[in-house]
Amino acid sequence: MDKIKFATVWLAGCSGCHMSFLDLDEFLFDVAEAVDVVYSPVASDIKHYPDNVDVCLVEGAIANEENLELLLEVRKKTKFLISFGDCAVTANVPAMRNMLNGTDPVLKRCYLELSDDSGQIPKDPHIVPELLEKVQPIHHIVDVDLFLPGCPPSAQRIKDAIAPLLKEEKPVMKGREMIKFG
Amino acid sequence: MSVNTLKIDGIDVAVEAGTTILKAAKQAGIPIPTLCHLEGVSDVGACRLCLVEIKSNPNLVPSCVTEALEAMEILTQTEQLQEYRKMIVELLFAEGNHVCAVCVANNNCQLQDVAIEVGMDHTRFNYRFPQRDVDLSHPLFGIDHNRCILCTRCVRVCAEIETAHVWNVAFRGAAAKIVSGLNQPWGDVDACTSCGKCVDACPTGSIFRKGDTTAETTKDRSKVEFLSNAREKHQWTR
Repeated sequence: MDKIKFATVWLAGCSGCHMSFLDLDEFLFDVAEAVDVVYSPVASDIKHYPDNVDVCLVEGAIANEENLELLLEVRKKTKFLISFGDCAVTANVPAMRNMLNGTDPVLKRCYLELSDDSGQIPKDPHIVPELLEKVQPIHHIVDVDLFLPGCPPSAQRIKDAIAPLLKEEKPVMKGREMIKFG
Repeated sequence: MSVNTLKIDGIDVAVEAGTTILKAAKQAGIPIPTLCHLEGVSDVGACRLCLVEIKSNPNLVPSCVTEALEAMEILTQTEQLQEYRKMIVELLFAEGNHVCAVCVANNNCQLQDVAIEVGMDHTRFNYRFPQRDVDLSHPLFGIDHNRCILCTRCVRVCAEIETAHVWNVAFRGAAAKIVSGLNQPWGDVDACTSCGKCVDACPTGSIFRKGDTTAETTKDRSKVEFLSNAREKHQWTR
């Protein structure tokens, strides 16, 4: 049997979910046995998201144009997409700027008010991806096959969610241990 | 004293006349999720989580404010009810700004608990991201309207137990909001005795003790019931 083609993606999040994934410790050996990591910020150096990925963990909300572009590409090329962690599932902390109405207050605060006198808002295209007006959870943009909430989801929760997937079974997402937010 | 006998989820129950369906179900060991219900204060049927089905009645009824009557046949866990409860909780999350990860009440929140209970792992509704404020004018406590679900437990505990009536609901629809005094800063309201009952009554992290940070708030959920029993039944200990 071919190995499962496995990817992880880091969008607008703090990477805490990926840290929690690395916290799987020796279970990572079992994962490595069962999968080929074809794309991941923590387990691969490949720069472009490949075709025909079987399972992908997507961490983070959709906050800028790059997040959006990558998410659409991931959905197109992935069979089973997992919304990984509270930022992906609820938009969480990155979305707290939505209450400020638009990107201006954030950009001004970060690049002007908190800078020394030389501060400027980056405008040149293709250098810093532009912020979207509104930060969104990923299932508001693409279809999601499994929700794995938590900030971050504990290593145990990640294990309980992906161990069945490695055997081509669907995990049971129920109860405090599996679906508590935060 | 007259007794009503009825069936809840097929279980025979006998209760004193005047007992609500919610209490009757509890007596029969049948859990019904609630949010606006708080032992010790009156019920208002605000959250609609406790909706149940009564055979021969086409409308779903909130069990906290509906009397358990003779010969009723009640269902509490139909597929439709479970789906509605899940939708209600999803709507609550989409309506306010509930960010569990940075909330004082994380791990100690009844909205979070009820989300687990109804099996919510995401919300299907678009988040509103409303602009709401935080009032930190009181010397001991704060109220963060982002986390408020308008259950009105604070309103009732203040009016009925402390009898200070500091809190009320103002405005309509999506603008509805808990206000203190005559929509003044909480710290300016002379009627507030700083008793802190609203802090314990609040199911979420909306009303909190100042100085608490993420996941630090603890709430004495049974305090209001104890105070009410002490007053009415002279049960002085718990």
